[in-house]
Amino acid sequence: MTTIDTRTAMQGTEALAVEATTGPRRPRRRGNEAVDRGALSSADWHRSTVKHTWRTMHFLLLVLLVVWCLGPLLLLGKFAFTPTQDIQSAPLAFFPNGATWHNVEQAWNRYHIGQFFMNTVWVAVGSWFMQILVATTGGFVLSVLRPRWAKVLNWAVLTTLFVPAVVLLVPLYKIVVDPPVGASLVNNFFAVWLPAGASAFNVVLVARFFAGLPREIFEAARMDGAGPFRLFWNIVLPMSRPIIGVVSVFAVIASWKDFLWPFLVLKDQSVMPLSVYLQSMANVDKGTLMAALAISTLIPIVMFLVFQRMFLSGAGLGGAVKG
Amino acid sequence: MTTDDVVLVDRSREGGPGTSSRVPPRGTPATWARRGGLTALVFGLPILVIFGIFSWWPIVSAVVMSFQKTNLTDAPIWVGWDNFAAIFADPLLPKVIRNTAWFALLALVFGYPVPLVGAVLMSELRRRKGLYSVLAYLPVVVPPVVAVLLWKFFYDPRPQGVFNTILGWVGLGPYSWLNDQAMAMPSLVLEATWAAAGGTVIIYLAALITVPPELYDAAEVDGASVWRKVWHVTMPHLRGVLLITLILQIIGTAQVFLEPFLFTNGGPNHATLTVMLWVYQLAFTSIGNHFGEATALSLLLALFLAVMSLAYFHLTRSWSDS
Repeated sequence: MTTIDTRTAMQGTEALAVEATTGPRRPRRRGNEAVDRGALSSADWHRSTVKHTWRTMHFLLLVLLVVWCLGPLLLLGKFAFTPTQDIQSAPLAFFPNGATWHNVEQAWNRYHIGQFFMNTVWVAVGSWFMQILVATTGGFVLSVLRPRWAKVLNWAVLTTLFVPAVVLLVPLYKIVVDPPVGASLVNNFFAVWLPAGASAFNVVLVARFFAGLPREIFEAARMDGAGPFRLFWNIVLPMSRPIIGVVSVFAVIASWKDFLWPFLVLKDQSVMPLSVYLQSMANVDKGTLMAALAISTLIPIVMFLVFQRMFLSGAGLGGAVKG
Repeated sequence: MTTDDVVLVDRSREGGPGTSSRVPPRGTPATWARRGGLTALVFGLPILVIFGIFSWWPIVSAVVMSFQKTNLTDAPIWVGWDNFAAIFADPLLPKVIRNTAWFALLALVFGYPVPLVGAVLMSELRRRKGLYSVLAYLPVVVPPVVAVLLWKFFYDPRPQGVFNTILGWVGLGPYSWLNDQAMAMPSLVLEATWAAAGGTVIIYLAALITVPPELYDAAEVDGASVWRKVWHVTMPHLRGVLLITLILQIIGTAQVFLEPFLFTNGGPNHATLTVMLWVYQLAFTSIGNHFGEATALSLLLALFLAVMSLAYFHLTRSWSDS
């Protein structure tokens, strides 16, 4: 009878009351599922109409997800190995005239996808570093050091959250073309790296996390003679790995997806990231284009499959913070 | 040195140096530096410099530029409200507003209810929830440029086009998709929904986990059916997240750029020219160097979004009060 005992006694009696009317429950697969229950109780799952309705709906959902979400990507994968002629005349036929490596070869050797991929990696690494640098040091000031001007700073950072990106487009371009010090940053990675650091969202995330760290540890470290730099480097940063991981994932995804800004400031092929280059390839031979698209999709998808837990919890957290 | 640091912490936690008796209040710059003021400034340097140059200054500069005529290199000329007047006098303005509103509305119709239903269904999964989540999120990790170029090929207007082939199986079409003034915008929204819906699903799923199981237990004691539980327990609990995602989605879609730019570049016959794309065209294309007008337009959009968000939050708060 009492197979689920992870709940409190009160809830247990309620469960018993339900069980009394609906019969015994079977043990669940994992203990924590008893806590994470949804609208359907175990008892509901034992009623055949409920079971069949929901099973059918779940199956239909799976079919829909495979066709709608995975389908286009599978097609893209197929196109990458299909001769251009066949892509154009019968895109849905399954390799009517055999497969080919020609597209991939063209994309890699003639259109140098690899080189532009490396540019994207550089953009991502630099943006990641700037975002982590600004968010952690800024968060340290806002939540740990807390000088008198921290309140004003916090207010000034929060305000920028409410300014839509569209407003910044032209003025940012003006600053990059004619920066306060030095020459124009156009076609320089810094044109993307530096503005990437000004992410209020990251600062808020990190500052909130720092504020939640136990201050007793900071006091203890200070008693033991640790100055603020040691406190930052040896105490706060190691304790903040989870939030740094989340910000890192956001940073890498954002720079991988970014188009308009690099399109405006990284115009030269030596610095042009993949997304901008692909756009300029829109009119080349379809087979080559599809292979290039497939190659550029492969890396983020592999990264996603490897780090899926981080991606998904990060995406959920994004909603939680926004909410 | 160490004791000074500890005193500093007390000061910052209890508000103001005047409260501390061990250290004289407001000393020379040297005492300020010794008591950690300098350290805080060193740590604050990245955020102050980066936000100063790339966030705060551009915001101020946007307001200034909207009253100037400038080509970014020569000295700007003050023109008063001329840029705003030019925007309001432009015959494209009503069309652009209509297009952007149409995109936002279609994005809501396509992209708001489906992820909700999907997430509620997925939250009831007892096995393979991970598989469903991964499948749903997959399009979100595809680089947006890739997604648009791929879908552009799907929208091939010839009978052999991917979508025309599929619709041909059930005797529909062929349609001209992006080349058709009426169909172009829904086509863009369909792709945008494909690319974004997974993110919304994951946000809803995260919110669904927080529904307290006791509520369902209690509903069951009261004899509630499955649908009543979903409607009266699950949905009210999602209300906060739903309200937030709604306004965030509107703010996001009002600034749509990539889809109209890459699919149609605003065509056919300006049928997909959105506000953001117009800002871009005013500033950076051959009709361009209208930097002042572009910033004026972007400020107008930002102002509209701000007013709308305020009204929205005011309205929804009064709902929850009642």
